[in-house]
Amino acid sequence: MTNIVVLAKLVPDLVEELEIAESGTALDMEWLRLIINEFDNHATEQAIILKERSGGEVTVIAPEAEGANEMLYTIAAKGADRLIMLKGDFEDGINNHALARAFAGAAKELKPDLVLTGVQANDDLDGSVGPLVAEYLGMSYVGYISGVSVSGETVVARKEYPGGLIAEMEVTLPAVLGIQAGEEPPRYVAISKVRQMMKTATIDEQEVGDLDASGGAMVQRMYVPEAAERAEMLEGDEEEVAARLVEIFKEAGLV
Amino acid sequence: MNQDIFVVVEHLRGQVADISYIMLAAARDLAQATGGEVVAVLLGHNAQALASNLAANHVLYGDHSSLAEFTSDAYTQALAGLLSKEAPRAAFFGSTSIGSDVAGVLSARLGLPLVSSCVQIADGNLISQICGGKIMAESALSDEVTTLVTVIPGGYKPAQGQAQTSPAVTTFEVSIAAPRVSLKQYIEPEVADVDISAENVLIAVGRGIQTEDNLELAEELAELLGGVVCASRPVVDQGWLPTARMVGKSGKSVKPKLYLALGISGAPEHVEGMADAEMIIAINMDPDAPIFDIATYGAEIDLFDLIDPLLEALEGA
Ligand SMILES: Cc1cc2nc3c(=O)[nH]c(=O)nc-3n(C[C@H](O)[C@H](O)[C@H](O)COP(=O)(O)OP(=O)(O)OC[C@H]3O[C@@H](n4cnc5c(N)ncnc54)[C@H](O)[C@@H]3O)c2cc1C
Ligand SMILES: Nc1ncnc2c1ncn2[C@@H]1O[C@H](COP(=O)(O)O)[C@@H](O)[C@H]1O
Repeated sequence: MTNIVVLAKLVPDLVEELEIAESGTALDMEWLRLIINEFDNHATEQAIILKERSGGEVTVIAPEAEGANEMLYTIAAKGADRLIMLKGDFEDGINNHALARAFAGAAKELKPDLVLTGVQANDDLDGSVGPLVAEYLGMSYVGYISGVSVSGETVVARKEYPGGLIAEMEVTLPAVLGIQAGEEPPRYVAISKVRQMMKTATIDEQEVGDLDASGGAMVQRMYVPEAAERAEMLEGDEEEVAARLVEIFKEAGLV
Repeated sequence: MNQDIFVVVEHLRGQVADISYIMLAAARDLAQATGGEVVAVLLGHNAQALASNLAANHVLYGDHSSLAEFTSDAYTQALAGLLSKEAPRAAFFGSTSIGSDVAGVLSARLGLPLVSSCVQIADGNLISQICGGKIMAESALSDEVTTLVTVIPGGYKPAQGQAQTSPAVTTFEVSIAAPRVSLKQYIEPEVADVDISAENVLIAVGRGIQTEDNLELAEELAELLGGVVCASRPVVDQGWLPTARMVGKSGKSVKPKLYLALGISGAPEHVEGMADAEMIIAINMDPDAPIFDIATYGAEIDLFDLIDPLLEALEGA
């Protein structure tokens, strides 16, 4: 029986246009569309796979944000047992040091054997949450993981190196793992099942008190990059673009 | 605290990783601003020879049997002792499977600030690339304590961090108590049907391809252009293509004559593996997609509108 805690956060949807806040040192949160960090989605999948394989309980902890309720209910519909939402001053964005302290505070109570979190998030500027939480909980950390098997007091985690090389790491529990990919792609759940969870599952709300952001980056300014050289853009409708591409291929001797 | 910039050298199975040289080049820029030296920190077991071409003022070498292969716990213990004692102005780690396992833990353990995804140094500040390459952040070093930094490729070439002459090496004492993480074994990459790093023409598909069935369209293009299909990480993570077809940080580095990117945003982790292609053509509906910053040609168009006319035009060519 493994007691697994998954830490999840919402991140900006990068397909949308991102803007800088008036302060000049943060993202403008007002128009930001938030989605689950894709690697947290993989961590969730890995946790549920472990539970299905050898029993245990999966608890998901997420900070309050627009869409956090829906995210938690979706994860419950996939098979998580317990949902916890951290309530605090998260609205204007906080750094991962503050978030990790809040996560660690809530996770400690649960006495987890295994804490899974996404390896990284697209808005990380002061490291990812996983290694910070590990240290605040006094556990060891291994990241870039794409496969986990638990046996007794240890876990064997498949750590990714470039080019497809894997290192099998044996880690003494309790431990925090940064998940890059679950053993299976994140499962799909029907909206109807999520709706049902909204009626039946409860979200346990926990106040986190004052956030301690020390240890974060000392940001002077944020800006949208301007490339020195951009691509030569091909204009026109799809027929014209296609014709121009074939010309380019011919010039390059490819057709 | 002194003004030196430490670089934690990464190596895997007897080979120094390119990110180490990239970090040394970045550290040189930063040391010029702080007025300190570049110090390479090498951890290993009987691994001193790896210091031979590091572009550093000198090398600190820590030898211990627990450091023969990378494991997070042993590395963290070795570095926590060294950083507290030496108190450099900054310490660089790769934003990699190695560096990311230790930088965050050290930040929390030693109470030191951490700046991640640094790609450039500008006037003594750290320039980070976040949000898939869509946002840059400029951070200052702390004046009081060591700033920990993780570095991504893109701003410096490995050659800039390599030296002709060997730097001086001094050893330092390492003590490691009962590590809780150990390496069981390495598992070699699966043998692939094709080697994408040897292909002249690559048709690369990203999340924009939407479904596994749509891969067929890319296959048809690849056939007409005499190339093969490769992909970004999300496509491989869905199980639609094998890992051997993945381009980027965790996948392969490629350098084809033509890299046609369909529905790929151009996140730094992807660009890392294909920026050196001779010609990059990017098809993407998002005018702000970072892929357009490195492409030779681009078209802001729906890939599903383009593919049929393109297939037709190629068949007629
Ligand atoms: C440790 C680590 C290692 C990683 N290693 C790798 C790696 O090796 N390789 C890799 O690729 N990624 C890697 N990643 C992931 C990387 O950060 C990005 O998430 C990934 O590259 C994004 O893939 P994508 O561009 O296909 O998807 P997205 O970023 O979602 O982009 C999809 C793009 O398609 C466009 N689009 C959508 N529909 C259409 C359409 N109909 N027509 C035209 N355009 C369309 C969108 O505008 C968007 O720009 C890694 C991440 C981490 C944290
Ligand atoms: N807001 C969300 N919270 C949690 N899971 C989600 C959310 N949106 C999508 N998913 C899951 O993410 C996976 C991919 O979904 P999609 O990105 O919509 O293709 C599916 O397994 C969905 O169940």
